[in-house]
Amino acid sequence: MSIWEFANPVRFMRLSGKVLPYATVLAIGLLVVGLVWGFFFTPDDYKQGSTVKIIYIHVPAATLAINAWGVMFIASLVWLIRRHHVSALVARAAAPVGATLTVVALITGAIWGQPMWGTYWEWDPRLTSFLVLFIFYLGYMALWEAIDEPDKAADLTSVLAMVGTVFAVLSRYAVNFWNQGLHQGASLSLDKEEHVADVFYQPLLMSMAGFFFLFLALVLLRTRTEIRARRIRALQQQEAH
Amino acid sequence: MSAMMAVMTRELRLALRSGGGAGLGLAFFLIVVMLIPFGVGPVPHLLAQIAPGTLWIAALLACLLSLDRLFQADFEDGTLDILTLSPMPLETLVAIKAVAHWITTGLPLVVAAPILGMTLNLPDAAYWWLVASLAVGTPALSFLGAIGAALTVGIRRGGLLLSLLVLPLYIPTLIFGARCVSAAAEGMDVIPAFQLLGGVTLFTLAMTPFAAAAALRMHMR
Repeated sequence: MSIWEFANPVRFMRLSGKVLPYATVLAIGLLVVGLVWGFFFTPDDYKQGSTVKIIYIHVPAATLAINAWGVMFIASLVWLIRRHHVSALVARAAAPVGATLTVVALITGAIWGQPMWGTYWEWDPRLTSFLVLFIFYLGYMALWEAIDEPDKAADLTSVLAMVGTVFAVLSRYAVNFWNQGLHQGASLSLDKEEHVADVFYQPLLMSMAGFFFLFLALVLLRTRTEIRARRIRALQQQEAH
Repeated sequence: MSAMMAVMTRELRLALRSGGGAGLGLAFFLIVVMLIPFGVGPVPHLLAQIAPGTLWIAALLACLLSLDRLFQADFEDGTLDILTLSPMPLETLVAIKAVAHWITTGLPLVVAAPILGMTLNLPDAAYWWLVASLAVGTPALSFLGAIGAALTVGIRRGGLLLSLLVLPLYIPTLIFGARCVSAAAEGMDVIPAFQLLGGVTLFTLAMTPFAAAAALRMHMR
């Protein structure tokens, strides 16, 4: 039993069909509990007041926006090396979700930035890199849309995902060189003590888990839709002959 | 080697004789730089401040303008298929085409930039660094552009898509290139930015022919 067996669309459909309801329920449950807990049952920050509570949306969205690109990168790599169609479709399915999360992170950041920094937008390295990430997502999705043949589109978008990953990382460090920022450091880290206080930490973790399952559910759903759409197309072509 | 020279000569001849290949990019560069004072007003010290960025961005756009022709014509009339069948690796072909693109687009910009810098009131200290940074940075623009051109080669109306794919890749080059010039203008240390710019260019020259050739093969499969 190896993981590659799930590259078979039938097996993938069977497994994802079982996982999807659980992921959906977990996403809704964890998000409701995490956000209600975070919004209504944690104290206000001594410096930031109640605006600090946007962290429960901002940080999970931002974390997943980056990791969604990571999913695309790995899925594209798998497609290039082993040519499993499910993998290419996962990469395609993750892109709009990742792009939306990037926008969510940018918008919640702007709403948070206005009372804290006195501005909705600042050309800060972190903010700028997120905007760059969003542009990369747009280009990736546009390339998928522009090519009619599914396999060729998967090939070319995979190359773009590889090149885009390298340059997204390069841009991330280049903008550090270009401007010093307002944005604070990492809110969470495994090896350092300097993350957010415990009262905020637990609901934040729960909300992050909720966002993760939301992402999982959306990607699985989109992949399943895409697989079914391909099957319909194949059946229609058989009918035509 | 002689095959490489033959392709190079062909590319340069085509660019120079097929009507406005090289000259067009230069004219575009001139127009963009000329439009800036109309937009921001003819204030000398303001223009001096934005001159490094303006010149670099105008160079990016001028380079972008001619990219869609890099593989398109050869792809359409079948030349690319013939060249792919030749013993020369496709990666080499991509590199030669990118170099030819740089000679016909990037190099004229490097030569013209100081003159246009003068119209923008660029500080005296920055001229050599403007030329040096453009000379080191523009090859990366042509090579990165080759990836975008290869990805969009068979796509109708791919011009806008090409810009969307290529311009984000130009960000590191733009940051370090413009930083070289503005640091020189402000009398600061230029070397770190210049070294990073050179690093990005060398990395690009080494890696992009493989990505672009892979994309071209996918189109011809």
